[in-house]
Amino acid sequence: MSASKMEITPMRSTLGRVRGLGSAKSGTGHWWGQRLTAIALVPLAIWFVLTLLAHLGAPHEAVAHWIGRPVNAVLLLALIVALFHHLHLGLQVVIEDYIHGEGARLAVLLLMRAAVALLFLTAFVAILRMAL
Amino acid sequence: MKDTPSALRMARNSDGKRVERPLSPHLQIYRPQITSALSIFHRITGAGLGVGTLLLVWWLAAAAGTDAEYARAAGFIASPPGLILLFLWTGALVYHFLNGIRHLAWDAGRGFELSQVHASGKLVVILTIVLTVLVWIIGLVIW
Repeated sequence: MSASKMEITPMRSTLGRVRGLGSAKSGTGHWWGQRLTAIALVPLAIWFVLTLLAHLGAPHEAVAHWIGRPVNAVLLLALIVALFHHLHLGLQVVIEDYIHGEGARLAVLLLMRAAVALLFLTAFVAILRMAL
Repeated sequence: MKDTPSALRMARNSDGKRVERPLSPHLQIYRPQITSALSIFHRITGAGLGVGTLLLVWWLAAAAGTDAEYARAAGFIASPPGLILLFLWTGALVYHFLNGIRHLAWDAGRGFELSQVHASGKLVVILTIVLTVLVWIIGLVIW
């Protein structure tokens, strides 16, 4: 069969396709978010591990000064934005897979979101404090 | 019907005849394979790295704090339990990083042949060991 003869007949309504949100009403946002942050984390993780290696055993003043330099602070902020977004998306799927009770699942999801948000904000404020 | 497992396997075929169908294999009797093992390991390392962010955030907060606070965080990381955590963190990061790239290749529609899946899986395992050891050798030389 040639490629030009292959036609896909969608089983969804036109309105459903335009909205593109599917049965879960959340669309492909979660999937894209996980991939986008994963791609961003590839170079950021390499940079982070290499710079950590370069600063092993450095005194406090040198470490704080290095983090506070604009380019390093921006890359670190980008790293923690991507990292904690990626983390909450990943943990959400794990929790949804393994916790079956409706109430327990919601409670654990909310606790996880709160913990990830607080960790992110702590890292965020710490970096800004050294940069500004 | 003899017992619960066989009761669960009871079904009717299209002629309405009662048949005993095989049940989808449960994890306990499923032969471990590199595909499933690496898949669950991706989750385990991901969750582990999530716990590891506690150490990262502590280190950042300590760096933004006083010399004494930084000395306490750096001292913990340099202690035996700290070093073990750091080693596990390195291994988990390298594995999740490499296997994540494997997942991104699949997302792009590449490497789906079973032979390719097995080959990329073995490559990820070998590279994880090599890169983790390499990072630690470099780190210990610098330290």
